[in-house]
Amino acid sequence: MITVKNLRKKYGSKVVLKGINLNVEKGECVVIIGPSGCGKSTLLRCINGIEKVTSGKVIFEDKDINNPKVDINKIREKMGMVFQQFNLFPHLTVKENIVLAPIKLKLMSKEDANKKALELLELIDLKDKVDMYPSQLSGGQKQRIAIARSLIMNPDVMLFDEPTSALDPEMVDEVSNLMKDLAKQGMTMIVVTHEMSFVKECATRVIFMENGNIIEEGTVKEIFENPKSDRLKEFLSKVK
Amino acid sequence: MEVLFNVWGEIVKFFQSIWDNFYQTIIYDNRYLYILEGLFNTLIIALFAVIIGIVIGVLIALIRNNYDRNNKFKLLNKISTLYVNIIRGTPQILQLMIIYYIIFKSVDINIVIVGIIAFGINSGAYVSEIIRAGIESIDNGQIEAGYSLGLNYSKVMRYIILPQAIKNILPALGNEFITLLKDTSVGAYIGIVELTKASDIIASRTYDYFFPLIIVAIIYLILTIGLSKLISMMERKLSNDYC
Ligand SMILES: Nc1ncnc2c1ncn2[C@@H]1O[C@H](COP(=O)(O)OP(=O)(O)OP(=O)(O)O)[C@@H](O)[C@H]1O
Ligand SMILES: [Mg+2]
Repeated sequence: MITVKNLRKKYGSKVVLKGINLNVEKGECVVIIGPSGCGKSTLLRCINGIEKVTSGKVIFEDKDINNPKVDINKIREKMGMVFQQFNLFPHLTVKENIVLAPIKLKLMSKEDANKKALELLELIDLKDKVDMYPSQLSGGQKQRIAIARSLIMNPDVMLFDEPTSALDPEMVDEVSNLMKDLAKQGMTMIVVTHEMSFVKECATRVIFMENGNIIEEGTVKEIFENPKSDRLKEFLSKVK
Repeated sequence: MEVLFNVWGEIVKFFQSIWDNFYQTIIYDNRYLYILEGLFNTLIIALFAVIIGIVIGVLIALIRNNYDRNNKFKLLNKISTLYVNIIRGTPQILQLMIIYYIIFKSVDINIVIVGIIAFGINSGAYVSEIIRAGIESIDNGQIEAGYSLGLNYSKVMRYIILPQAIKNILPALGNEFITLLKDTSVGAYIGIVELTKASDIIASRTYDYFFPLIIVAIIYLILTIGLSKLISMMERKLSNDYC
């Protein structure tokens, strides 16, 4: 579904991604771990084209997303993204946040979008917040609504960039559980996270990055119980 | 008793002379009509100039932001930058004179309209900087969230960034309008009968400057103070809506 080929990314003269190769199949839940600054966010941002690649390719459903002939906005409709800082639109209510894109992109009628938004809110147990503004919600509620906002687009893949890192500890579970549900329903996901209960339960593959490179990849068991490289061992000893 | 009468007489005389003075300069010969005309022209010029200013300002701000972000509109961006630099780098009174004495030299046009155009063009440059700063003050995550939902640049601007930016820049825009309202007095220089010119006309008839100047000053104050009150009310209302 997604193929990343020899992806390199530079900011000025600083090389942040040094030739990443990655293939994600439908239904996979790929978790990316690695120390701060190793390029995890940059990789996700290159995959959905928010960041332009310096060289290499990102192929999504047989389309090269950096090909000027490809409509990147159409690609992004099918590629949800959830951010560490939620990035809800503060001037819109919960419902308006969710229905904005499908309505303005003319993918759904207003009625259908509103109905679908209520269904999603029901699903995430936040139906009573429908007319509230983001500032009136807790971090965990905001993040679940940000996920619903992506889900209404019926994405083929969801990218998560440390979705629980900005949350108070007692709110991590509500977001993590929602993500687990998604993974179990077969949603294709690429997740940057260090939230171990999610990783252990859902990851079909774990990728360890360091300094702009993929150092090691494997199953949860292989990565956490049987790390091969010294750098991964060192990283795991620090995280634990 | 006699002394008391004398004092009372002086007081009456004093107020009598003030009234006479007021009557002579403001009421007699319907001179207050100048002030009404001046007030009308000041308001009309400020209002239409600020509308023109906002239209130009939004356009320029979007052109320059689009250039900064997406490297589009290279030529338009150059022209916009030049325009902003010229307007901000020259005295307003000179711009007004150039527009009136050079550009509209041989055109038969109402001088108030010349004022509206000149002040509107001037205001556009300042408003564009205000709006640009407003757009840049919005967290980049908002743009990225918009993009990640498949919205393009213009939809992101229209539905996500500008509505938030406008709220942030409302006070600055209000101040711009207040400044504009006062700056229309520069129009007196090319003969626009706005408030300041009106008081000058009356004073030059009566050789008495007191009431014409004081009254006009009070009118300016009522307008500007009233406007700032209105702006802070709008601000409060908007910030009640969401945090
Ligand atoms: N816009 C930018 N301009 C310049 N350098 C950048 C920019 N964005 C990121 N970087 C640099 O690129 C490197 C990788 O950043 P990135 O955000 O991808 O790391 P990360 O693995 O997500 O880290 P974290 O765990 O802290 O989120 C960092 O050294 C960062 O300073
Ligand atoms: Mg990151």
